[in-house]
Amino acid sequence: MRAACIAFLLWASLASADEVISGYEFLTPETQALQDDDFANPGMLWVEEGGSLFAQQCADCHTQGSNGNLEGVAARYPAFDQDAQTLLNIEGRINRCREIHLQAEPLAYESKALLALSAYVANLSKGHAIDVDIDGAAQRYFTEGRDYFFRRKGQFNLACSQCHDDHWGRMLRGDRISQGHPNAFPGYRLEWQAMGSLHRRFQDCDAGIRAQPLALGSRRYRSLELYLAWRARGLIIEVPGVRR
Amino acid sequence: MRLLVATLLIAGCAVEYLVVGDGMPAPLTKDAVLAESGRDVFVDREQGHCVLCHALENLDVPFQGNVGPDLSDVGLRLTPAQIRLRIVDASVVNPRTVMPPYYRTTDLHQVAESHVGETVLSARQIEALVVFLSLQRKKA
Repeated sequence: MRAACIAFLLWASLASADEVISGYEFLTPETQALQDDDFANPGMLWVEEGGSLFAQQCADCHTQGSNGNLEGVAARYPAFDQDAQTLLNIEGRINRCREIHLQAEPLAYESKALLALSAYVANLSKGHAIDVDIDGAAQRYFTEGRDYFFRRKGQFNLACSQCHDDHWGRMLRGDRISQGHPNAFPGYRLEWQAMGSLHRRFQDCDAGIRAQPLALGSRRYRSLELYLAWRARGLIIEVPGVRR
Repeated sequence: MRLLVATLLIAGCAVEYLVVGDGMPAPLTKDAVLAESGRDVFVDREQGHCVLCHALENLDVPFQGNVGPDLSDVGLRLTPAQIRLRIVDASVVNPRTVMPPYYRTTDLHQVAESHVGETVLSARQIEALVVFLSLQRKKA
């Protein structure tokens, strides 16, 4: 009886509509252990590579210069950038920095270098709670992202919300549906056997419902990223997360 | 009783089907189908893969999903016409359904270029499912 009561309370606490639960909680213990151990976590290879690139290219301004270090900064992204007059995620911020301060070409989305740098910068915010600004100029992106989340699309005619708001916790064959939070990304997916961006994850979701995936870095994916960050507000950044 | 004639566009030619109440009485094809092929449609990843979301007690397949209802007794709960309509387009019965429409090509958005104008399943696959599911009559 007591065990049943505890099981019910556990279920009731997990089933609370407002509770934000990291995708980590939906993983097997083995995958969780892989993420937890920095020496075993394959995503750390990208973080370390990013650390080297950062030391070569960015450290003049950031750790030694007036811009200080970037600890906690990724928790506030995506953010509207006044100079660029658009919504920038970490990948966009890095490329903007390269363009303005290094007079360098932007790095291609999903290139090894951009994944490494964005993983490094996001890792500097590991343990920080997501806290994005959705007011002012960011508001229209937020609305656009929310619309994308609730819009049915693809041959399967499914909205993101139907799985990740309405049916999380249920089983799709052997996989428990998560709440669809972005806090692991850039992250290492076992399915990819590689590090990948959140936008690459979006493309997989869209392809899964047989919707035409949007371009990496596209405005609608950045807007969706902002909506998801707001939806996951308070959740701790886990980069580099490991996901199935 | 509500009567509704819906028009479906498949590869340029219009196919009409008849919705009566919450069912679709007429088969989508007159081809003979076997329950055994319905089982394959239900299970195969390349076909319906219904087991992703639905469970059947009389099915020896691991990790059956539970996003949709258990269908072990669906043959007792629903007529073949009702089962057919729910596969063709469950949103006719419940606009908020999470069940994808398996035989509809209109009023969809951002469909992958490789699938534009195609139904998820063929008429034959759906009729095989209707036969197979109508035989699921396990009493609770």
